[in-house]
Amino acid sequence: MFSSVFIDSSDTMFDLTLEPRSGPSRTMRLAMPLVATLITLAGGVLIFSFLGKNPAQAMAAFFLAPISSLNGWSELLLKASPLCLIALGLAIGYRANVWNIGAEGQLLLGGIFASGVAIHFDGHGGAWLLPLMMAAGALGGMLWAAIPALLRVRFNANEILVSLMLTYVATQLLIYLVSGPWQDPHGMNFPQSINFSREALFPRFFGDWRWATWRGTRLNASIFMTVVAVPLAWFFMRKSFAGYRMEVGGLAPLAARYAGYSEPRAVWVALLIGGAAAGLAGTGEVAGPVGQLQATWAPGYGFTAIIVAFVGRLHPVGIVLASLLMALLYLGGEAVQTSLQLPKAISGVFQGLLLFSLLGCDVFVNYRLRRRARALTRDA
Amino acid sequence: MDWINLLTPLAASAVIAAIPLMLAALGELVTEKSGVLNLGVEGTMLMGAIGAFAVTVQTGSLWLGVVAGIASGAVMSAVFAWLTLSLMANQVAAGLALTIFGIGLSAYVGRPYTDATIPMLRDMPIPGLSSIPVLGASIFSLNPLGYLSVALLAAIAWFLYRTRAGLVLRSIGEAPSVAHAIGYPVVRIRYFATLFGGAMSGLAGAYYSVGYLRLWQENLTAGRGWIALALVVFATWRPGRTALGALLFGVVMALQFQAQAMGIRIPSQALASLPYLATIVVLVIISRNRQTIRLNAPASLGKPFFAGS
Repeated sequence: MFSSVFIDSSDTMFDLTLEPRSGPSRTMRLAMPLVATLITLAGGVLIFSFLGKNPAQAMAAFFLAPISSLNGWSELLLKASPLCLIALGLAIGYRANVWNIGAEGQLLLGGIFASGVAIHFDGHGGAWLLPLMMAAGALGGMLWAAIPALLRVRFNANEILVSLMLTYVATQLLIYLVSGPWQDPHGMNFPQSINFSREALFPRFFGDWRWATWRGTRLNASIFMTVVAVPLAWFFMRKSFAGYRMEVGGLAPLAARYAGYSEPRAVWVALLIGGAAAGLAGTGEVAGPVGQLQATWAPGYGFTAIIVAFVGRLHPVGIVLASLLMALLYLGGEAVQTSLQLPKAISGVFQGLLLFSLLGCDVFVNYRLRRRARALTRDA
Repeated sequence: MDWINLLTPLAASAVIAAIPLMLAALGELVTEKSGVLNLGVEGTMLMGAIGAFAVTVQTGSLWLGVVAGIASGAVMSAVFAWLTLSLMANQVAAGLALTIFGIGLSAYVGRPYTDATIPMLRDMPIPGLSSIPVLGASIFSLNPLGYLSVALLAAIAWFLYRTRAGLVLRSIGEAPSVAHAIGYPVVRIRYFATLFGGAMSGLAGAYYSVGYLRLWQENLTAGRGWIALALVVFATWRPGRTALGALLFGVVMALQFQAQAMGIRIPSQALASLPYLATIVVLVIISRNRQTIRLNAPASLGKPFFAGS
């Protein structure tokens, strides 16, 4: 009954129907991510039972085991941090109706630019090297994002497709560099660069700073980029006039033009911020957990961050929570890989399921379920 | 006559590379004509590819595999249709979700099949025509799926522009509220158009895995679904131009493999980037004239429809 309600909302054959609310429901906006998470968990139970695993055991391995140790928490933060950073940048664009889907490419370019600096100054670095790499990484991401911005503003070319195509080009550029000009001469012919020197790496909480709490973990200072970005993004989105102008410029170009705001500027700002955030995230990866540039280094964070942005409701606080949840889905996938011999790709299934449930549940934000009188349905 | 020896395989591999692009783009074309923008083509193609490959390995029958590929594509787009048409979810977000989900699920389902081998779909040369120099071998020596694709192209063009149902479909993409007022079931027709588009993407994926490469690996389609989406824009929503555009891309992709044979010396990564760069160039050329896009794109593309409003 419940499902049949939704099959058709224009041909009125059922008693229950959807009715638009006068305005979006705030309660529902906040409740639906929780409902969607619960549906995803229920979906997880179904999937694991279907695979012949004990659902309780599997769910525990997936969702609890990864965060039952300090090392787990460190890995969670290491994964959530880039996801959150990229998603914040994307959300600013999405709020303005600018659909940057190429964050993965911008992340790769950020990593490539930062690596270029690290390789160039190898052995001659100082305390200035890491900031320089971060600047270069942000610049790399911005340059890659400037291409869809320029093509959209000048030629009206769809930024979804252009930014996405550039991701594939970025992958090829990465492979070219690490198997050609930037290949480590002593690397046994592996497609990878030299290992970065100490100055070119983000300091580790335990290894470099001797923070005893984080003994034995890989947690490093790259997560502070995200810590700083969250309030900045919050201010930009919720408080600044520039953020407001951008949102209007993207959502209602005509009204915006009337008010003197420019749509091209919204496109530029959205893509450049998104590119810079992704580029910084890329820097955090190569100068953090990875420590070099590798051909296989394409973490997929740029794509997952799209889900994070949506699940987080394009709101900075929501994005922080969503990035933690999504990082947990990653870790869970890795955990069941070792403990239950399930392929890691199951993380992607969970991530997709989460986004599907959220999008489906969102109907209740703008519509309410109503009984409709039979008589009305006939003459509709 | 050395150039014939180079051009003949180039033309042949161009046509073969063009077919899945054309199939997916034609399906998306029908979906978009009804006013629905489904960005999930890449994920749908991947599911079609693994669905077809897995069933072929299990049953040994290529045709059962192809049917399974089509069905996988239809199921994927049914999820999308339910979200966007019944639950009125944002079409852009739902399409992206579909692709991300498809990439993950196909990688998951496909794990056991990465080393599997399947029989070959035989080419069926048409006697006489297939021996025409240069082009004969490419156009008149396809496998059955290739011929089916050509037939589908003709059928879709005929349906859209020569039948009443095609007219209704197009009118729903232009002015859904008018169509609704006249009494056409807008949502139901959009369901059909979306399911058809998904089935075509599934077929495109099946062609890729069982008809062409005869293998499965993660992310087998490598962005072809997105290129198909760009093709629809490139073709300004016309079936004939979709086929031409697909051929153009086929040539670019074929060049990638033939360049070595032709003695062109550039890094292989630059060649591998060509189809993606070509997509961008083509998009820019087509989109720069806003008028063409505005006149040709279905007026209600991407906008949700709610009968009560």
